Formats: sequence, C-alpha cells, structure tokens
Amino acid sequence: MTHAADTPAVSLHHLDQLWFQVAGTLCNLTCDHCFISCSPQNDSFGLLSLEQVRKRLQESVALGVKEYYFTGGEPFLNREMVEILEETLQYGPATVLTNGTVLKDEWLNRLRAAANASLFSLEFRVSIDGFSPETNDPIRGAGTFDRAMKGVVRLVDHGFLPIITAARTWADTEETAVVNQFVDTLRKAGYSRPRLKILPTLQLGAEENRTHGYREDERVTAEMLQDFDIDHLICSHSRIVTDRGVYVCPILIEADDARLGDSLDDSLDDFKLAHGACFTCYQYGAICSNSSHQLTQPPERSS
Amino acid sequence: MRLAFFGGIYNNYLALDSAIRDAKQRGVDAIYCLGDMGAFGPHPDRVFPLLNENKVHCIQGNYDNSIGNELNDCQCGYTDPRDNYFAEISYAYTLQNTSQENRTFLKKLPTEIRFDFGEHRVLLCHGSPRRMNEFLWQSTCSTHFLETLADEHEADIILATHTGIKWHRKLSAGRHFVNVGVLGRPENDGTPLVWYTLLEQDPSADEPVLEFIPVEYDYRRLAAEMASENLPDEFIQTVHNGWWTTCLEVLPAKERVAGKF
Repeated sequence: MTHAADTPAVSLHHLDQLWFQVAGTLCNLTCDHCFISCSPQNDSFGLLSLEQVRKRLQESVALGVKEYYFTGGEPFLNREMVEILEETLQYGPATVLTNGTVLKDEWLNRLRAAANASLFSLEFRVSIDGFSPETNDPIRGAGTFDRAMKGVVRLVDHGFLPIITAARTWADTEETAVVNQFVDTLRKAGYSRPRLKILPTLQLGAEENRTHGYREDERVTAEMLQDFDIDHLICSHSRIVTDRGVYVCPILIEADDARLGDSLDDSLDDFKLAHGACFTCYQYGAICSNSSHQLTQPPERSS
Repeated sequence: MRLAFFGGIYNNYLALDSAIRDAKQRGVDAIYCLGDMGAFGPHPDRVFPLLNENKVHCIQGNYDNSIGNELNDCQCGYTDPRDNYFAEISYAYTLQNTSQENRTFLKKLPTEIRFDFGEHRVLLCHGSPRRMNEFLWQSTCSTHFLETLADEHEADIILATHTGIKWHRKLSAGRHFVNVGVLGRPENDGTPLVWYTLLEQDPSADEPVLEFIPVEYDYRRLAAEMASENLPDEFIQTVHNGWWTTCLEVLPAKERVAGKF
C-alpha cells in the first residue's frame, strides 16, 4: 500500500492540452466500461455553454494552450457543439471524442467548412469497442455497432479521417487478431485508411462493476518516477474545464481532490498521483492524446 | 546576410549535395543543419564529408543522439507498431553503417545554436526548443502556443525540423516560428522535391525574409542505391512519387488528409 507521504506530485510543465467536459456526464449510451458512468440520466456534470467555453478559450491564450479537446458524455448532445467547434478552430486545433451515433450531415457540412477555413486540424475520435456487433454491442448497447459505423462512414464521406478508439476489452493474446479484423471491417465499410487507437480500460465507474476496481498497490510511487518521462502523464500538460470547475484530467473528474480551482489560473498547482487511474496513465502513457496506434502485422520483407 | 537552414538529411547525401550547391549559388554566408543526419536512405557515411568540407554548422537531432550514443532505437517518437517496424529497419542499417568517427561527431553535437541576426535573436533546435523529439505540426500548434515558446525561450526566430514538412507562422512583435523542412525525403506532397529554408535581411524592410527553396536531385540514383542496400520498397516508393508510406500515424488530420496514404 502507498502511504500519502510517498505519493509523488506532478507539476504542470505547460498547459498544452485544454479539455472541456462539454456534455457533462450526459450520454445517449450507457456503456458497461465507462469510467465516469455516463448515461441519459447522469447529470452529475452539466453541459457547457458556448459562452462558458468561449470564456476559457479567451483565458487560454495567455497560458499558451496548444490544442483543445472536447469530451463528455456525448459532445454532440450539446446543441451548441457545432458552434463551439467552429469558434475553437479560430483559436487552435480541436479534437472531439464522440460515439458517432448522433452525427448529422448538416453539422458535418458546417464542420467541414470550418476545418477547411482553419489553419488547424479538427480531429474526430469515434469510440467503437470491437469489430462486430457481437463484440461491441454487449459493452456499448444493442445496435450501437451499426450506428457508430454509419457515423464513421458519414465522417469519411465528409472528408474526415476519424481516429477509431477502442478500449482493450479483449485478452492481450487476441490483440493482433482483433485489431487486424477491426481494420479489415473499417476498410470494407469504405474507410480506406483507417486510423485506430487502442486504449487500456480504466478500472473506474461502470468498469469497476464490469470487471474490478484498482488494487491498493496499483499506485504510482516516487521510486517509479525515477528516470521516467513525466511528459507521458497527462497531468503534466493538461487540465479539464467542467461546469463544476477545473479538474486535473478527464479521467478523474469524479475524484474530489482532482478539482483544482474555478478558473484556469487557479488550477495550475501540482497534483498528487494518488489514484489507481494514475497507475494506468503511468503504465500506458499518453492514453488521452491523439496519436493513433494501428497495430497491424508488419509486412513480410521480400528479401 | 543570407543564411541557409537544412532539416533532416536521413542519409540522403545526394539531396544534401544538391542543396549545398544551390545555397552556394545563392551566395549564402553560412549553412546550418538542424539534425537527423541518418535514417531512411543509403550509405550514412557519405553525408559527413559534405558537412565537413562545406563547414555546415550542425545541431543534434534525436537520430544523432541515438546513433552517437549507440542507443537501441531512434527516439523518433512513433506510436504505431507498423511505423516502428520500419523505423527499426532504418535505424539498424544506419547504426551498422556509421563509422565510429562519425558516431563520435554526432555524439558531440550541440542540441541548440543561438545567434543574433540583425536585431533578432535566432534559436535553432531539432524538434522544439523544449524537447528534441517533439513534433510541432502546423495544424496542431496554436499561435499563442508558439508565442509562449518564443517568450519562454527568449528567441525572435525559432527554426526547427523533425516533422518532415515545412511551415512558417508569423508571430507578434516581428517574431517567427519556422519548420525548415527536410532534405531527406519528399514531404508527402506527390513530388520528389525536397526543401530547405533561406533567411535573409532585406535592407529595404525591417523584417527578415524567409523563403522555402525546392531542391531537385538525382532521386532515381538514390532509389537505386536504396534498392541495392536492401532498404524497404516502401521507402523507395516515397523517393519516387513523394507520398509517405510509413510514419503516417503521427500525422495530424490536416497533414494526413493532404497525403495519399
């Protein structure tokens, strides 16, 4: 067990990534592995308005924020989401994490135009947790695989290259087969150069019931941080804005000690890595950033 | 005053030779290289005589740090297994074919160079001023982020490379951020051209003038030599047609969508 005195703290090197819990905990789906148990009924965090986002975007300029991320819940349940992305793209790069099931052509036409007019990238990350309804739907709900795949095709049709994000709900030994089938399925659906990002599950929220929570010894210690590249930890370069204040990272918004302040300026203090999720972040690194990991078999060399 | 800045060479000594000739024809006062001498191409040791004979001022890239210190990998920062597979092929080949003398040269290179250019403080780095292997893409850097880099690192003109694609952003108070491009491989635009950057002081203007210069070189010869060295066909295709076939997963949406793969 880790004692509080041994718990290392991480300082914010630079606020590179500013996240927005733009849909609060409201989601049209109720996934079994959601680390903050989002659902149509969960209103513990509320939606952010365009005006609330705008205020933080303005505040972020002086802090030199590099890029912006939007998550929920399902961001596109926020009726101002298109306007929020349009405005953000005037400030910098924007990434939106969606389940892909509620996207409308009208919104994507506007976002295509906004992305074309901006210097900056607009990234869509679409969560799908398996390459078939049989693997995805038990986790994300009946019919969600087909609906999400339609969303992916719709994004591709509008000239976007969504990053398909899947939580690793399969055994490590199955990884190569699962991912190769995933890529194959996406290509057959019309996504000719799929980008894929595989994430570890976080033993929080609904996932705690689906599998298990963190053991007490699954914590980061000061010793573990020796010779460790601290930039792998999201708390060294990110913060998240919610309707209840600014928190350290998108994973820990339900932890009391993760709320750091009311404004960005108030929220730049060190953060103690006291949580099991910090251990997952330590193990896997950069789990919240955009880099895609397309695990396919390396090609055979001819000679 | 006119200066030339080269980005990653990636063993492409033929493009380096052409770029040096081009820069000299333009009457440059000095040539700088922002690191990553190795990777991708054939015959690593053919790069170093050109750098030495032409007094190219070099800084260390992640590749140079790895080769110089004989590390296990190139520290390129790829996240994808397929990208890493190809990176490992290049790295093993380059390490094996870089002489001890040249490894020592790479090991001793500085990680940044600073000088004054007229009223401007110039900072040369490989990836970013804060991290040697940080990817700074045009489409993932807000302007206010670049402003804070210039503030925090006390520079008016920051020049970097590492990503493989050139770009330039004007900042406040006459400051600039520039990715100088690379000589090592085409920049995913469907042409075999590679690029470097010229910086000059225009006497009629207060501001320094930046220009990206395309370089033609004998890419067919490079491709033939890569084939005879048994380097991957995927790399050779890129030399011919200008589209990246590897290192794709680090590309942000805007840069990725502009390419073919």
